[in-house]
Amino acid sequence: MVTLQARRAWEAAAAVLDPEVPAVTVADLGILRAVDIDDQGRAVAQVTPTYSGCPAVLAIELAIEAALRQAGFDPVIERVLAPAWTTDWITEEGREKLRAYGIAPPVAGSSSKRALFGEITVACPRCAARDTSKLSEFGSTACKAQYRCNACHEPFDYFKCI
Amino acid sequence: MPAAGVAALIGLADDHLILGHRLSEWCGHAPMLEEDLAMPNIALDLIGQARALYSYAGDLEGAGRDEDALAFGRMERAYRNLLICELPNGDFAQTMLRQFYFASFMQLFWQEAERSSDATLAAIAAKAVKEAQYHRRHCAEWVIRLGDGTDESARRMAEAMALLAPYTGEFFIADPEACGAVEAGIWPDTQALQPAWQADVEQVFAAAKLVPPASVYAQKGGRSGLHTEAMGHLLAQLQFMQRSFPDMTW
Repeated sequence: MVTLQARRAWEAAAAVLDPEVPAVTVADLGILRAVDIDDQGRAVAQVTPTYSGCPAVLAIELAIEAALRQAGFDPVIERVLAPAWTTDWITEEGREKLRAYGIAPPVAGSSSKRALFGEITVACPRCAARDTSKLSEFGSTACKAQYRCNACHEPFDYFKCI
Repeated sequence: MPAAGVAALIGLADDHLILGHRLSEWCGHAPMLEEDLAMPNIALDLIGQARALYSYAGDLEGAGRDEDALAFGRMERAYRNLLICELPNGDFAQTMLRQFYFASFMQLFWQEAERSSDATLAAIAAKAVKEAQYHRRHCAEWVIRLGDGTDESARRMAEAMALLAPYTGEFFIADPEACGAVEAGIWPDTQALQPAWQADVEQVFAAAKLVPPASVYAQKGGRSGLHTEAMGHLLAQLQFMQRSFPDMTW
């Protein structure tokens, strides 16, 4: 029955919304790595931060803990660093939810090979135009940059690629 | 399991805490809104990296010191940060050049540390390297924009370079606390990173039409706890709350 319990625990934890981008869940973002039931019957949730300095990490951990407790589990939160989170951990469903919410999802693939001033094409989440320009490499949260659509003139957040 | 030395980890953590604190001083004072977001964002990354390193150092030490005790509870001479991290911000050009020098170095450092036989250090590095790359790119763009900008911005960038270049030599002086760990494949050999760093910064300076000083005497002392005049003032602000209300929590 452990596997059934583990699945129930996963479902409870996975439904927690990101506090800064409440359109997606911690599972969509790939921040929640696993939930297992240990030999003492506790629900051990493995959580990884997006950015080293993401101030939402503690809030996310507390929310997962509360969700597990509410589902009748004795929760333990384990912070894991490896393998490091990248934007590739965001699920396909998560990317669609971000787009629907007005945040352009990260352009697929790692940014590491991009050279100085290397520009990427970010499609507007509202009108899908590809003619957009970068306003700022840093945005309202650690994980976002600011862009503007040159077609519909809407400014929008881009979930930046790391 | 191989592990990095506590003192070397604390030195690396101090670099990030102190520079992160310096950068955070720009919050609300940057020349434009975008940079007012950028600098505290970079500062947050640096302080996040410092927290991971302090926590790990505290665990290894096993003396009950946590990240807060290490960040806020030491005297000036116990801080082992590189001197460049504690220098006052100066103007925007000086801050951006300092950040570019540091991010370019840390990108190379973390790339090596990712291959460390210390699994925790490697995990911290794997995260930090992506952040350092992002910081480096952002700051390099500013170095180019200001260096190849107006007469005034170019003059300010040249002045910043004259001031900061002597502090970059300290990046590559081997930390005596990490010597054994370098040979054991735990800690990056910082001396070996110099050619790659040199090539990286020179390529950006060429695009920025900036001429770096030919050779400069390296200012050093941070890793031995010998700091500049600026450090005491910085700590007075950084430690104020914990000194006034020891062990306070929010």
